Amino acid sequence: MNLTANDLAVRYPGAPAPALDGVSLQVEPGRLLAVVGPNGSGKTTLVNAILGLVPLERGTARLDEKPVTEWRRGSLAKVVGVVAQREEVVFPLTVTQTVMLGRYPHLGPLAPIGFHDREATLRALRRCDIEPLAERRVDTLSGGEWQRVRVARALAQQPRILVLDEPTASLDVRHEMELFELVRTLVADGLAGLVITHELNLAARFADRIVLLNRGKVVADGAPVEVLRREILTDVFAWPVAVTTWSDGSPQVIPLRVGETPPAQGPAR
Amino acid sequence: MRRSGLVLVLLVPLSLAVGLWAGPVTLSPRELWDGLVHPYAESAAIVRDLRVPRVLLAFLVGGSLSVVGASLQALLRNPLADPYLLGLSGGAGLGAVIAIALNPNWPWAVPAAAFAGAAGAVALVYRLSVVAGRRLDPRVLLLAGVIVGSFAGAIMTTVVSLSDAAELRRAFLWLLGGFGGASWSALLIFCAYAAAPLLVLLLSSRALDLLALGEESAKHLGADVERNKRVVYIATSLLTAASVAVCGIVGFVGLVVPHAVRRLWTPMHRELLPAVFFLGGALLVLTDGLTRTIARTLELPVGAVTAIVGVPLFALLLRRNYT
Repeated sequence: MNLTANDLAVRYPGAPAPALDGVSLQVEPGRLLAVVGPNGSGKTTLVNAILGLVPLERGTARLDEKPVTEWRRGSLAKVVGVVAQREEVVFPLTVTQTVMLGRYPHLGPLAPIGFHDREATLRALRRCDIEPLAERRVDTLSGGEWQRVRVARALAQQPRILVLDEPTASLDVRHEMELFELVRTLVADGLAGLVITHELNLAARFADRIVLLNRGKVVADGAPVEVLRREILTDVFAWPVAVTTWSDGSPQVIPLRVGETPPAQGPAR
Repeated sequence: MRRSGLVLVLLVPLSLAVGLWAGPVTLSPRELWDGLVHPYAESAAIVRDLRVPRVLLAFLVGGSLSVVGASLQALLRNPLADPYLLGLSGGAGLGAVIAIALNPNWPWAVPAAAFAGAAGAVALVYRLSVVAGRRLDPRVLLLAGVIVGSFAGAIMTTVVSLSDAAELRRAFLWLLGGFGGASWSALLIFCAYAAAPLLVLLLSSRALDLLALGEESAKHLGADVERNKRVVYIATSLLTAASVAVCGIVGFVGLVVPHAVRRLWTPMHRELLPAVFFLGGALLVLTDGLTRTIARTLELPVGAVTAIVGVPLFALLLRRNYT
C-alpha cells in the first residue's frame, strides 16, 4: 500500500505565504522516508496534508490510488498508524489500556474487545519491548517509555503505513537510537515508514530516502548522501555545517561553532 | 477493582432502601414493605406517592449528572468540568428565578422556565463558540460558558434583589436544588427527556476514550471528532437541562463521582459511565435521605448537603491516592 503526495499546497487563512508549496513524495512498503527541515518549514503541515486533516489549496494525496479525503477516518486508521508530535495525558490509563485504544478503529461502538484485539495488543507490547510495563500507569513512564507505548498503540492498529512526527524529540541518545532501531525493524518487516525529524544524523543512518523542506518547498529529495550536503544544509538552516562520512557510508552533519571553518576533508572515523 | 464492583452492586439496593426509609415520618421496615406491595396499606400513600418517585428521581438525576460530568471531563479534557460548567446553571437559574418572581399559577412554570433558560444558555454558548471561528473548541467553549454563566448570574442577582423576601428565599432554595417537588409525573417527564441522551452517551463511550486523548490523537485513531464533540455536547446539555428542570441545581455529584470511579476502578468510559451512573445515583439518594432526616421539620437543600458530605470524602480519596 502506497501513500503518495503530488504537488501539495496548503495555505493557512490569513497567512501571506503558503505553508506547503508543490510538495510531492511517496511512502512505499519496506522503505523509510525521512522528512527534515528547519522549524516552521512545513513538516507537520505535510503530515496533516497527506492524512487529509488540512484543506489543500492544490494537489492531491492518495492512499492506494484513492484520495485520502475520500477515506472515512475509521477506515484510514485501520491502515495508517500515526504517532503525533505531542500528546498530553490528562486522564492517565495503564499501558495496556493505552495500546488497546489502537484497536478502536476495528471495533464498533458496541462490539466487545475480543481475542484478536487482545492478541494484537499483546503483539504490539512485545514488539516495542514494553510488555513488562503493561500494568503501569502512563503518567509514571519516562519519555522514552511513553514514546514506545505510543508506537505500540499505532502498531495495534495493524497498519500498513506508519507515520511518526518527531518521535525522538526530548529523548536521550539511548532512547532515540532504540526508537529508530525499532522503526527500522518494522519497516524491514514490510511497513511503509514516514518519519518527520530534526535528527539529521539519525535520518542519514536509518532512512532510505530524505526529503528536505524549507519554507514549505522541497529543497532536496533523494538518498541521504545526495540530500545532506554541506552547501545545501548551510543555506537551508542558515548556519554553517560540516558533513563527514561514517563507516557505513552515511553522511553525518556537524554544526560549526562561530568562527570555525570546515576542515578541507572530513575527520578520521 | 473487583472489590469496588462489589461495593457498587451492594450500594445501589442499599441506598434505595435507605432512601425509602428516610423521611420526617418514621416507618418500620414492615410498614415500608406493606406500603410498597399493598396499595391500600396505611403507609401506601407515603411510600408509593411520595418516597418511591422521589427516590427514583434522585437516583436517575444523580446517575445522569455523574454521566454528564464524566463525559464533559473527557470532551473538554478538563478534570474540573462539571455539568454546570458551560453556563447551563446560570441560564437555568435565571429562568427559574424569573418564573418565581412572576409567580404564575401554572405548577410547571419553574421547571419549564429553568429548562428554557438552560437551553438558551447552551444555544448561546454554542453560538459564541461558532462566532469565535472554532466550533466546539474546548477552550472557547469554556470561555463562552464562563461568560454566559456570569451574565446570567448578574441578571439573576438583579431580579432576586428586586423581589420580596418570600420569593427571594424560594429562589435561593431552588437554586441549591432539592427533590421536594418529586412526583410520578416529574419522574416520567425526566425519563422521557433523559433516556435518549443517556443512551447516546453510553454509545459514545469509545469516542470519549479517544476525545480524552486530545483531538489530534483521536483523529489518528479513527474518531470523527467534530461529529463526536457535537453529539456529546448536545446530549450532555439536554441531560443537564432536564435534571435542572426537575430538581434545581445539584452540585458536586457530577464533578466528584467520575473522579472517584476513575481512581478506584477504571478510566475507560465503557465501564466508567455505567459505574458513575450507579454510584452517582446511589450517592444522591443517600444525600437526599440525609436532607430529610437531619432536621425533621425542615428540608435542607440537597445541593448543599452533597457538598458538605462530599468534600471530606473526596479529600480522603485524594489523600489515599496521592500519598
